Amino acid sequence: MKRALFLIPLLLFIGLAGYLGFGLTRDARILPSTLIDKPAPDFDLPPLLPGGQGLKTADLGGQVSLVNVFASWCVPCRAEHPIWAKVTKDERLPIYGINWKDKRPQAQAWLEQLGNPYARVGFDPDNKAGIEWGVYGAPETYVVDRNGRVRFKYVGPVFEETLKNTILPLVRKLREES
Amino acid sequence: MRLIRPMLFGLAALLTAFAAAAVQPDEMLKDPAQESRARALSAEIRCLVCQNQSIDDSDASLARDLRLLVRDQISQGRSDGEIRDFLVERYGAFVLLDPPFRGSTLVLWLGPAIVLLAGAAGLAIYFRSRRRSAADAVALSDDERARLERLLDDRDRRA
Amino acid sequence: MIAELGHFALILALCVAVAQAILPLAGASRRDAGWMAAGSSAAVVQLLLIAAAFAALTHAFVTSDFSVKLVAENSHSLKPLIYKISGVWGNHEGSMLLWVLILALFGALIALFGGNLPPTLRARVLSVQAMIGAGFLAFILATSNPFARLFPPPADGNDLNPLLQDPGLAFHPPVLYAGYVGFSIAFSFAVAALIEGRVDAAWARWVRPWTLLAWSFLTAGIALGSWWAYYELGWGGFWYWDPVENASFMPWLVGTALLHSAVVVERRDALKSWTILLAILTFSLSLIGTFLVRSGVLTSVHAFATDPGRGVFILALLVIAIGGSLALYAWRAPQLKGGGLFAPLSREGALLLNNLILATAAATVFIGTLYPLVLEAAGGGKVSVGPPYYNATFVPLMAPLVAAMAVGPMLAWKRGDLSGALGRLKFAAATALAALAAASALTWGRPVLGAIAMGAAAWIAVGVFAELAGRIRLGDLPLGQSLARARGMPRSAWGMTLAHLGLAGIIAGAAGAALWSEEKIIAMRPGQTVDLAGYSLLFEGAESRNGPNYTSVHGVFAVSRNRTPVTKLEPEKRRYVVGGQETTEAAIRTTAAGDLYAVIGDAQKDGGYVVRIYYKPLVAWIWAGAAVMVLGGLMSLSDRRLRIGAPARRERDLAPDAAPAE
Repeated sequence: MKRALFLIPLLLFIGLAGYLGFGLTRDARILPSTLIDKPAPDFDLPPLLPGGQGLKTADLGGQVSLVNVFASWCVPCRAEHPIWAKVTKDERLPIYGINWKDKRPQAQAWLEQLGNPYARVGFDPDNKAGIEWGVYGAPETYVVDRNGRVRFKYVGPVFEETLKNTILPLVRKLREES
Repeated sequence: MRLIRPMLFGLAALLTAFAAAAVQPDEMLKDPAQESRARALSAEIRCLVCQNQSIDDSDASLARDLRLLVRDQISQGRSDGEIRDFLVERYGAFVLLDPPFRGSTLVLWLGPAIVLLAGAAGLAIYFRSRRRSAADAVALSDDERARLERLLDDRDRRA
Repeated sequence: MIAELGHFALILALCVAVAQAILPLAGASRRDAGWMAAGSSAAVVQLLLIAAAFAALTHAFVTSDFSVKLVAENSHSLKPLIYKISGVWGNHEGSMLLWVLILALFGALIALFGGNLPPTLRARVLSVQAMIGAGFLAFILATSNPFARLFPPPADGNDLNPLLQDPGLAFHPPVLYAGYVGFSIAFSFAVAALIEGRVDAAWARWVRPWTLLAWSFLTAGIALGSWWAYYELGWGGFWYWDPVENASFMPWLVGTALLHSAVVVERRDALKSWTILLAILTFSLSLIGTFLVRSGVLTSVHAFATDPGRGVFILALLVIAIGGSLALYAWRAPQLKGGGLFAPLSREGALLLNNLILATAAATVFIGTLYPLVLEAAGGGKVSVGPPYYNATFVPLMAPLVAAMAVGPMLAWKRGDLSGALGRLKFAAATALAALAAASALTWGRPVLGAIAMGAAAWIAVGVFAELAGRIRLGDLPLGQSLARARGMPRSAWGMTLAHLGLAGIIAGAAGAALWSEEKIIAMRPGQTVDLAGYSLLFEGAESRNGPNYTSVHGVFAVSRNRTPVTKLEPEKRRYVVGGQETTEAAIRTTAAGDLYAVIGDAQKDGGYVVRIYYKPLVAWIWAGAAVMVLGGLMSLSDRRLRIGAPARRERDLAPDAAPAE
């Protein structure tokens, strides 16, 4: 009995080591979204481009779509940008853009230079919609199902690997759901 | 690629992590009572980009947005609790530096008290068991004690 | 070439460390004097080799050899010399090299000054020390080679984070590591004692000076870090409960408990297995801290650039070092026999209470720091544990500690006289109440906790003097004789007096600065005046200036009090040319009553500047208190009994009495 007491520190440490090991498997900077499996939040943004369409809650749903948060000042956004043109072309998957905490002329010039893959781009200079979506950095990408519910959030630039292994399989699965 | 992502993403956060500007005069509310409520509340809201500062201390642009939001909601007459709930709904419990007391934080809040009580109980058991073994022990005479002392000192000196 | 020599020296050091880990341990069990003695030579050689590697890296930094990757990433040719040198440890790889350098230094000190130790104990201590060294040398060589080359070398470097280009931070890491890593000696002594199966008063006497040395360094290191944060980060905060700060605070708390429990082992031959456990835990917490800071498991404003591979390696080291030592503890500690008996109300009892509270405090910080990780692992989502948690849990724990702190030293060993002790503390209690009343009156309407803290500080400070007065029988004997007694008092008693007094200062300073601070944040144009805490600050204007590797906005404030000029405050906002980072250089006027703290911010469109003025009452007492505490540690360290380390002559008034206390 008394000997067992002396084992307590060792047992506690073994438990701790397990948790520390778990800690190594994930990126501490990534925050899970509170929106998962909930309807997309209420928001209504004016269009970024002259003659273009704005973005609001009702525009989501009807079909599976992506919502991408981007800004012209955001370097990783530029890095991921080419992938969206590919996605719209190859997958016939609509992508909606939220232009986040940006200035209109710069954002317009950015899209002009790099191409505009977005079906609609909402302009959100003062983070109104961003706060509703719980955005804490750019880029962020959400997958929204046909009922307008948010099913997945990805933080940071999307590259080929994430697209192929995570996003597209999910999109296919959601398309098969009734 | 997996390594690059956090690197790029972290860059903007790192640059602003330490700068000290925080609350700007132009953000402040006219009413001093409301403003001091806003300050106290923002000190408990985490700046999500810098990850370990409150929005009150942080120079990050997102922190400014949240400071303005807090002040906007205060001037609309919302309570501190309502504002906290508003933020938790959007950013998760992570946004609160003061973790709420509920099922999942039970161990966090009660942990220190449990450790203290367990330690105190351990002490009580220690004293009781020592008293019992002391009662069993036969006291040494003064003579024996002096001899023991000498022996111990000798041993120490040799060691 | 020199970088390659440094790398080679590091590889040799690893070989020597492996030999030092095996030979003396085997020698001690075979009673082979030659093998045991090899440990001492190896410890010195290991130190010289690591010092050579460190010198090689320093050379690369000082000569701005940008073909070394680490130098290119963390230095710049325009940087002042002192920051070229401090740049050596301003990054992960270099700071790990400093880490093992200090570890080897402590090992060599044992080899050189441990002549009075029994040869088997010394051999085993050196061997355990070398095992830790070998683990971390392997870590550096495998995952964090500081000497890696870069081809082609860039024309100039990336510069050191400007926040680290500061004298306070230049010396903070070496001092902090000397504390953190210094506890390895206590750890090695504990493991060696478990292998030997013997813990006695002599063991406690040998381990105590090393623990004191490490503790003094750690205290100084934490204080330096907090002071740096205070003047450099630009808003007058001094403690953030950030995971990285907690990582250094936990070993401090447990190390402080260890210092106190080792006294009981030394004097009364009791609490042996507990003291061994504390010695293991203190260094284990240092190791866990190293893991937390460098693995990226927790987010922190101070963390190094992280890499999962490193995390896995350090975790493996943790499992071997901590798991191994705790397994050894579970196996051998039950055989340690308890010694002297004592009543709960006694000096030993008070020291145990101290241990209970400090251990609980450390556990509280530990829970707060790691809870987010544990909860996430359990699928409970992400939470933050910030300062409000610690204020609600840690601060109340300090109340019984403070209350007992004045009483404990007045209790006799074995069985104390509580009412007698309390009787001698009447004056301290009266002073504490008076301080509480005065502070509440002066700060009516502010947090009442501040006034309570002032009462607590007065209670400790006057209690310390009451204990001192009793010891030298001030008032009982003629003054001359009392002073003679004071001169004859053991240094360790003076050490305790000073350390406790220092804590009183820290409590008063922390409470004053945290709870009573005043501030004004406004946009000012030249010629305008702002009033705060009785001071009047006239903004004379601001201009652009050029520093060696930065440009700055330099503001000037004329400070007056009751229309009498007091001083000029000249805060700066700097922008570093290479990286574009901005830092604030606060202007601070320090007095015993409080600091006036001015920060200048961005220029506004209308020609004004955002200005922040803070008044932080009593804040300087934090660092003055910490300095007094460190002085107490060093005073205790200079005690003759510890210095000589000879078998102690027990003090006359503490003649051991083997009769049961009950």
